[in-house]
Amino acid sequence: MKDAFGAPQSLLVLGGTSEIALATARRLIALRTRRVWLAGRPSPALESAAAELRGRGADVRTVDFDALDSASHEVVLGKVFAEGDIDVVLMAFGVLGDQARDEEEPMAAVRVAQTNYTGAVSAGLVCAGALQAQGHGSLVVLSSVAGERARRADFIYGSSKAGLDAFAQGLGDALQGTGVQVMVVRPGFVRTRATAGRPEQPLATGPEEVAAAIVTGLRRRSETVWVPGSLRVVMAALRHVPRPLFRRLPV
Amino acid sequence: MSVDTVSLSGWGRTAPTTAVRFRPRTHEEAAAAVRGRGPRGVIARGLGRSPGDAAQNAGGSVLDLTGLARIGGVDASGALHCDAGVSLERLLRVLLPLGWLPPVVPGTGRVTVGGAIASDLPGLDHRRSGSFARHVSALELLTADGEVRTVLPGTALFDATAGGLGLTGVILGATLRLRRVPTALMSVSTERAEDLDDLLARFTAGGDRLPYASAWIDLTARGRATGRGILTRGEHATPDMRPAHAGRTLLSPRSGGARGRFRLPGCPPVPGGLFGPAPAALYNEVRYRGAPRARTGELRPVGAFFHAADAYPDANLLYGRGGLVRYRFTVGYGQEETLHRVVRRIAGRRGPAVRAVLQRFGAADPGGLSFAAPGWSLALDLPAALPGLARFLDDVDEEVAAAGGRVCLAKDSRMRPEAAAAMYPGLAGFQELRARLDPTEAFRSDLSRRLGL
Ligand SMILES: Cc1cc2nc3c(=O)[nH]c(=O)nc-3n(C[C@H](O)[C@H](O)[C@H](O)COP(=O)(O)OP(=O)(O)OC[C@H]3O[C@@H](n4cnc5c(N)ncnc54)[C@H](O)[C@@H]3O)c2cc1C
Ligand SMILES: NC(=O)c1ccc[n+]([C@@H]2O[C@H](COP(=O)([O-])OP(=O)(O)OC[C@H]3O[C@@H](n4cnc5c(N)ncnc54)[C@H](OP(=O)(O)O)[C@@H]3O)[C@@H](O)[C@H]2O)c1
Repeated sequence: MKDAFGAPQSLLVLGGTSEIALATARRLIALRTRRVWLAGRPSPALESAAAELRGRGADVRTVDFDALDSASHEVVLGKVFAEGDIDVVLMAFGVLGDQARDEEEPMAAVRVAQTNYTGAVSAGLVCAGALQAQGHGSLVVLSSVAGERARRADFIYGSSKAGLDAFAQGLGDALQGTGVQVMVVRPGFVRTRATAGRPEQPLATGPEEVAAAIVTGLRRRSETVWVPGSLRVVMAALRHVPRPLFRRLPV
Repeated sequence: MSVDTVSLSGWGRTAPTTAVRFRPRTHEEAAAAVRGRGPRGVIARGLGRSPGDAAQNAGGSVLDLTGLARIGGVDASGALHCDAGVSLERLLRVLLPLGWLPPVVPGTGRVTVGGAIASDLPGLDHRRSGSFARHVSALELLTADGEVRTVLPGTALFDATAGGLGLTGVILGATLRLRRVPTALMSVSTERAEDLDDLLARFTAGGDRLPYASAWIDLTARGRATGRGILTRGEHATPDMRPAHAGRTLLSPRSGGARGRFRLPGCPPVPGGLFGPAPAALYNEVRYRGAPRARTGELRPVGAFFHAADAYPDANLLYGRGGLVRYRFTVGYGQEETLHRVVRRIAGRRGPAVRAVLQRFGAADPGGLSFAAPGWSLALDLPAALPGLARFLDDVDEEVAAAGGRVCLAKDSRMRPEAAAAMYPGLAGFQELRARLDPTEAFRSDLSRRLGL
């Protein structure tokens, strides 16, 4: 159960090696979290992430989970929920893709869309159902500012996040009154493995900042969290910039 | 029986969860709801005044007992049978004109008899009377099998149910031993204390001549004034103390005398959460200065003495969206240094602490998870949104535990399971009895899940 400050006792991470997710898990373990599930594609990285969190005093288990295999989600995640309540589900899987290549190879682009969007739709619905049956819990969805307005530079990734974002908002509305909270997190550029080597953008943050914002959002029961917070205003303005002008902006 | 799906939280409005709420009107309906429970179990709920998550059950059933609210007759010895959903406020209103009072009266009348037993409420005269369940001579308990048992004091099940937070079953009714009172008035003495030492000394000095005693502490005062406060004590007024014009309706709380002559009790609540520390400090200053340095023999209606806060709109709404956290702990006599340290630390944080109540407890109660133990008890309301509050209270937990004290479970919304286990040595026995009586864990609450009770 979450305490009065929104600190969960159990956590399920989808995308168990995500740097943002692991930074969040470490913070939550320092508060109240004792049971952690890391769901992801089996790899040494997943196991070492689990070992690291165990070292912090949590009871950590890993489970095979592939976002692209939507058909399996019900069974895989159903087993996790059958083992006990999950107070927070952190949906962190996602791929950035390679815009230039993805434009050339439609199937590569489809994989980005399937991972980020359809994978999240099936996993999100399964988790939402399980949380609803519990009568409590939070589904934290890692969206992105890239989904707020499509950019020439990454519109394949951006469009998948736009779909995810709209899905998560709608799901949150659908779950009003069920005791389940859906929190949409929209980070800007985050310095992680995924973005290493890419040109850094203004208002860049690190995984720790995103993690801190997630913990605060849980405490406040927020529906939307921007990281950094100033992006809320920036994006509100950018949203209304006319397209001919937007195309020429160095964003 | 009405059934709906609702989001429920405690009085503190933190951590809401959703459950199916049943409102039984008869014992049979209550039994049917318990028998027909789903896999996530069931918990009883009274008026939801418990500040934390004690009376909620995410994804399961919640039995709202407020529809079961019949009051029986009082026999010559002062025994009264009533349903568990009766509020103490109503009991007081009905009984006072007859010269009786519920045996233990907490700081709000808006709690049910069931809730009072399940959290074994200590009153302002705990040193004399102990907690609520001591005055229960029998109770009807609906257990996991759907049967209603009569449970008598002295049995293991009774001691587990007293303070058992609804986890042994649903209390449907109880026989209470009432207190005879000579009038509907209290003779009240009020004094100001300059600091915490002064306050503790004054508390102890009067002995227990005035049995009801509690003090408000100004937690915004710092430096030499740290822990200053106002000590209020009272006893039941005898007829010879009454004001001349109070007339014949001495036992009626609504008598003209009581209405016209008496000011609204206490101070109105202020939005501790919405306001910052500065207005809170100002409010406390006014409240402190406004109290008489020393006054004795002031007559106040019983309701106004015990339930000053009930005269104003619900203060919990003033803490904003984040809600409030009530923290109540007790440390034994001889551990005053811990009390000092905690008060100093809270004062040092310059938080907007407006409600802070100090009480003195007597001998521990028989209930396995009952809160009261000989010593001092401090209760605070703090806005949950206060930065760093979670960690701060964890630290205070540790200090309290190190001093052999405990934090009140019925009010808890944030404790660590390990802390609860360390503070309540009776927990192991309680769990054992539950495992034996209710192996499928029919009775569960968010609190029991969170603390592993
Ligand atoms: C302004 C204010 C002042 C207060 N002052 C005091 C005080 O001075 N001293 C003090 O000790 N407490 C005080 N309290 C706390 C409050 O009185 C207790 O938490 C009380 O238990 C609440 O009663 P309720 O009927 O609202 O129960 P709820 O909050 O609905 O439930 C509390 C617990 O009792 C259980 N329960 C309720 N009914 C039944 C039943 N019929 N059978 C089995 N279990 C049941 C629930 O499962 C839950 O665990 C105060 C609270 C407020 C808001
Ligand atoms: N970094 C940023 O700048 C940024 C900005 C905004 C939003 N975000 C979003 O935040 C989330 C986490 O980002 P991050 O920076 O922490 O990225 P990361 O470290 O690269 O983590 C991405 C995670 O997704 C997992 N994943 C990818 N494809 C998967 C699949 N098919 N099945 C299961 N898991 C899969 C990866 O697992 P493997 O180890 O198996 O590959 C990895 O755990 C992502 O959704 C990302 O889009 C990131």
